[in-house]
Amino acid sequence: MFANTLKKMSLLLAVAMPFLAAAAEEVNVYSYRQPFLVKPLFDKFTEQTGVKVNVVFAKKGMAERLSREGKHSPADVLLTTDISRLIELQDKQLLQPVDSKALVDAIPARYRASDNTWYGLTTRVRNIYSAKRLGDVDFTYEELADPKWKGRICTRSGKHPYNVALVAAMVAEHGEAETLTWLEGVKANLARKPQGSDRAQVQAIHQGLCDLSLGNSYYFGKMLKDDKQKVWADAVNINFPNQQTRGAHVNISGVAMAKYAPHAKNAKALMEFLASKQAQAMYAETNMEYPVRVGVKVSKLVASWGDFKADHLPLETIAANRKTALVLLDKVQFDL
Amino acid sequence: MISGNNSKTWLTTTWLSALALLAPVLVMLLAGIGAPADLFVHLWQTVLPDYIINTLLLGALVVLLSLCFGVPAAIIIAQTNVLGKKYLRWLLLLPLAMPAYLVAYLYTDLFDYAGPVQRFLRASFGWSSPADYWFFDLRTLPGAAVILSLVLFPYVYMLARTAFEQQDQNLLRAGRLLGLSTRQSFFKIALPLARPAIAVAASLVLMETLADFATVQYFAVNTLTTAIYDTWLGYGDLTSANALASVLMLFILFTVVAEQKSRAGQRHQSNRPNKQTEVMVLTPWQQAGAGIFCWFLVLAGFVLPLGLLLQMAYEYSGAEQLSQLMVTGKNSLEVAVYAATLTVLLALLFGLYRRLHRDKFAHVPQVISGFGYAIPGTVIAMAMLATFGPLDHWINDLAEMFGWQSPGLVLSGSIFVIVFAFIVRFAAIANGTIASGIGQIPHSLDLAPASLGVGLNKMLLKVHLPLLKPSLLVAWLLVFVEAMKELPAVLLLRPFNFETLSTQVYQLISDEMLEQGALGAILIVLFGLLPIIWLNRTKPS
Repeated sequence: MFANTLKKMSLLLAVAMPFLAAAAEEVNVYSYRQPFLVKPLFDKFTEQTGVKVNVVFAKKGMAERLSREGKHSPADVLLTTDISRLIELQDKQLLQPVDSKALVDAIPARYRASDNTWYGLTTRVRNIYSAKRLGDVDFTYEELADPKWKGRICTRSGKHPYNVALVAAMVAEHGEAETLTWLEGVKANLARKPQGSDRAQVQAIHQGLCDLSLGNSYYFGKMLKDDKQKVWADAVNINFPNQQTRGAHVNISGVAMAKYAPHAKNAKALMEFLASKQAQAMYAETNMEYPVRVGVKVSKLVASWGDFKADHLPLETIAANRKTALVLLDKVQFDL
Repeated sequence: MISGNNSKTWLTTTWLSALALLAPVLVMLLAGIGAPADLFVHLWQTVLPDYIINTLLLGALVVLLSLCFGVPAAIIIAQTNVLGKKYLRWLLLLPLAMPAYLVAYLYTDLFDYAGPVQRFLRASFGWSSPADYWFFDLRTLPGAAVILSLVLFPYVYMLARTAFEQQDQNLLRAGRLLGLSTRQSFFKIALPLARPAIAVAASLVLMETLADFATVQYFAVNTLTTAIYDTWLGYGDLTSANALASVLMLFILFTVVAEQKSRAGQRHQSNRPNKQTEVMVLTPWQQAGAGIFCWFLVLAGFVLPLGLLLQMAYEYSGAEQLSQLMVTGKNSLEVAVYAATLTVLLALLFGLYRRLHRDKFAHVPQVISGFGYAIPGTVIAMAMLATFGPLDHWINDLAEMFGWQSPGLVLSGSIFVIVFAFIVRFAAIANGTIASGIGQIPHSLDLAPASLGVGLNKMLLKVHLPLLKPSLLVAWLLVFVEAMKELPAVLLLRPFNFETLSTQVYQLISDEMLEQGALGAILIVLFGLLPIIWLNRTKPS
């Protein structure tokens, strides 16, 4: 029996080996970004350099996994969808600085770490979607707490990183006490308990369940390009909030090199590729995000939504206020 | 019974295996010790009480509903002359093949304001906005309870039906002789006799509910699992997350103890084969009612969701998806086959050890190896990393010491860790199935080798194993299906370039794009049907 078990175990290891054996030219990526988005980018990179890209599409817990793996971690490049995740990796000392002229030249200073440990690749705006029937209106995030919207707002979980970052920005702007009051107001205005994804909220507006929702801009483009979801998107306007004041809240998706990257050279090459004109244009076209590289155009569709003013709050400040934001969200029982 | 060196090998192998399966659970408990109090105080003052209430409420509701669905269905099939009994008997097992989060998504789509049902109602009655009428909201705690019960009730049905069918009819006849009507003798004798089996089923349902993650998340029902996620990923505090997971463990331990207690009562059950089931003859009206009830369960729990999936697949699938399915399908199969095979081998070891080793602690390996069942996959994944991460480091350091090339993360960075997580999580299922199989082998057979002068191992191989073949197969299939459906552990433990059917389908669902994953979802369901077809084939004649 035991011999049998042993035999099975060794068989297992044999199967696992291909994942572990270090081939000559490859680079290992832990990605929070979805397959449909990054696969084309990686394919292009492999085509140009001959370097094979291996990916783990992590859903959660990247920092945990990396710190457990320690110096034996196979990870080279880390892709995240949110500034807080980058800062978390940085805080836990899981990153190494990458000094690259190509990266520094491509990415504006406010979208990269001062110590070169992380770089933004795309910016994403937290928009307010409004029912078409409301017409053209100027919205502010602050106004979402106004009683006139009672029972008319939909959102995904307050604890989703995109919303936490927005709340963190509010804390930075208005302080803790005022943000708490604001959150209470927003919660009181919710049409239903926070649930679903950003797209589900637009669907709810289409259904007539609510009039306003929070959502990232690229989802608007994604819905317009989906046969079934186009009707949802057609029911709403996309608004850039706080245009008369500090500007719309902006988060980044970014990239960093793992501290113990075994293929550092390839990792650097991949990072530089992702910031290149070509890859940035692909980000803009495939995912309808705003490329960080100056001079790369947004997609035609995105351009049609108009220009906007972005909040200039430093990204580190947003990340630093993240825990406070979580505590406040718990205090008002936002998701309950 | 077992003696000499042979005994030592058995003893060591069994206990080491059981401890290996218990190790991640222990690691998790230990990791929770010394959690900083302030985060707990904060959680306790804000959201935790609601999370706990939700957890208890959901567990209670799902158990109650599963009993309301499963017990009457079992009675109808085992004891009455309902029409279509031959087919309903196995059709009622089909919902087991459906992952709950899939059904949740499909039904939300169907019953939403924009879904076909409400559209039809609006068109028929001239309503135009949500304010014009009331319609139930599926994305609520009761909604989640209904969905979970629809796919979990077959556990209750399966065990209760078997209990009714195996009851000694002489007892019922005795009751009749003493003046009870058919109905009275059923409620006074048959139902109480089936109670232990029903309790076992209820505890299975409860454990599955406590371990659920995807359904409650989709329905925005915040439970203890949510709290574990919040503390780990939101606040970045793994210690507190482990401590919370240990709280969840308390619920589970309570369930395990309750289940064991009720199983002890099962001794009263006769295992004399049942020749002729006493049939309650139903009036035509009763027959219609009973039939509608059973068909409703089959339709709601299986036919309708599968139909919706087939329609989606028909409308949205393309050749590109097929080639991707080949890869993810193969990955799913691979881990599920390894997990099922190893789990069954281990369960066999624990079962035989308990049977052949007559000491006070012989049942312990079987019991402790099953603790992982009710631990959410997420928590098991965390425990896996905490257990095998250090082991990997040790292996690498050792290699370095000898000047060899470092092998890398052979354990925590490969499918080994996924397979191990599955074994820990599903050992209880195999243990239960195989234990009952072993229980049916007459004890006199264990004494045979001595009198025949044959070695024990040879005897096990020639006599016990062939007798156990059906139970082994059922156990293998049950674990296989659960492994095909399992989601959270794989999500967190995936090695490079590795997706399974369930991770792929789930990612599409969480982005409102199940249409693209409908084919994958159908494949999960089809694999889930295998054990059910088999269970039906091997029914007691």
